[in-house]
Amino acid sequence: MSALAILGWAIIAAQVMLGLSMCCATYRLVVGPRAQDRILGLDSLYVSAMLMLITFGVRTGSTLYFEAALVIGLLGFVSTVALAKFLMRGEVIE
Amino acid sequence: MSWLLPYPLLSAALLVLWLLLNQSVSSGQIVLGAVLAVLASWAMAALRPEKPHIRRPGVALRLAGMVLIDILRSNIAVGRIILGSRQPGMNAGFLSIPLELRSRHGLAVLSIIITSTPGTIWVNYDAAQGTLLLHVLDLSDETAWIRLIKDRYERRLIEIFE
Amino acid sequence: MSATGTLPAWAALLTAFCLLVGATVTLIGSLGLLRLRTFYARVHAPTLGTTVGMASILAGSALCFSVLETRPVVHEVLIAVFVTLTTPVTLMLLARAALYRDRREGIKAVPAADVEVDQTPPG
Repeated sequence: MSALAILGWAIIAAQVMLGLSMCCATYRLVVGPRAQDRILGLDSLYVSAMLMLITFGVRTGSTLYFEAALVIGLLGFVSTVALAKFLMRGEVIE
Repeated sequence: MSWLLPYPLLSAALLVLWLLLNQSVSSGQIVLGAVLAVLASWAMAALRPEKPHIRRPGVALRLAGMVLIDILRSNIAVGRIILGSRQPGMNAGFLSIPLELRSRHGLAVLSIIITSTPGTIWVNYDAAQGTLLLHVLDLSDETAWIRLIKDRYERRLIEIFE
Repeated sequence: MSATGTLPAWAALLTAFCLLVGATVTLIGSLGLLRLRTFYARVHAPTLGTTVGMASILAGSALCFSVLETRPVVHEVLIAVFVTLTTPVTLMLLARAALYRDRREGIKAVPAADVEVDQTPPG
């Protein structure tokens, strides 16, 4: 088995594991039980999706996915902060 | 010189950010990035934030190395708790620590260190009393956690920032 | 898979190792989201993915592209710095929001506020 074949299988395995961790985060997002649990699930969903995009980048050998990962990371940060703020005050912009 | 670059470290970081985003070190990008970095640092000066004084870069580097090792170690510890224990999170609890560190930049760095280390989360800081409320995943030994934060991190941060 | 075809064996193996380690750590962290019982315990789980998980996958990606393009490709550092700076902020805000809500509902498991709850500005 050549090294490149090992890399191919490793990328597939990594993507399956990241997909599973996205499933765990989605479970927390859907089931809750409270609003803060859902936001926590959303936040880790964003992180897993970002890592998934980076593995896609390695798989296809294109650096385009890097920008997408950066944007997802930015969006995840802003939305989680806004939602946490909303939990505390009941409004986002005061 | 200080009117041109009120925050030299910030400007340098912004220039590096620009070059990394564009993935080139051509002279045109360097000029453009430098102009943007200087303009951004003027905008920052309009906000008048408190200037940090980093006194001991050597201590700061050693602290960074220690934090990296601690993050690795507590990753393993938290992973073991999640996978290994029958009822994970049984020992979790809140912990209140009195701090002597008063510098705002030091507190900010301490909060990043504590929160990005798996197993501990900075919950609240009471500025009037100087007490810090933490949540710890494995609170079987309270004094060990207090000693870790006070001796390992806080003492060095006081050395660096105060 | 064609784009990575020119990668030498050592780089391919090292990249594979980094990706596997990162994905495994992230998966363990997400399993913590399922297995831990209380919200405050669950807040600790995603930090596994945002420290070692992220660093390892980014290192694999940086290594792969640096070898492929025969020049240092280090823009992954940007994501690393960004995630390291933002995750504490989000988790801290979430923990404080949860604490605030629990205190308002009078749940006994959380430490009480020193001052009257509604007077402490949570922002």
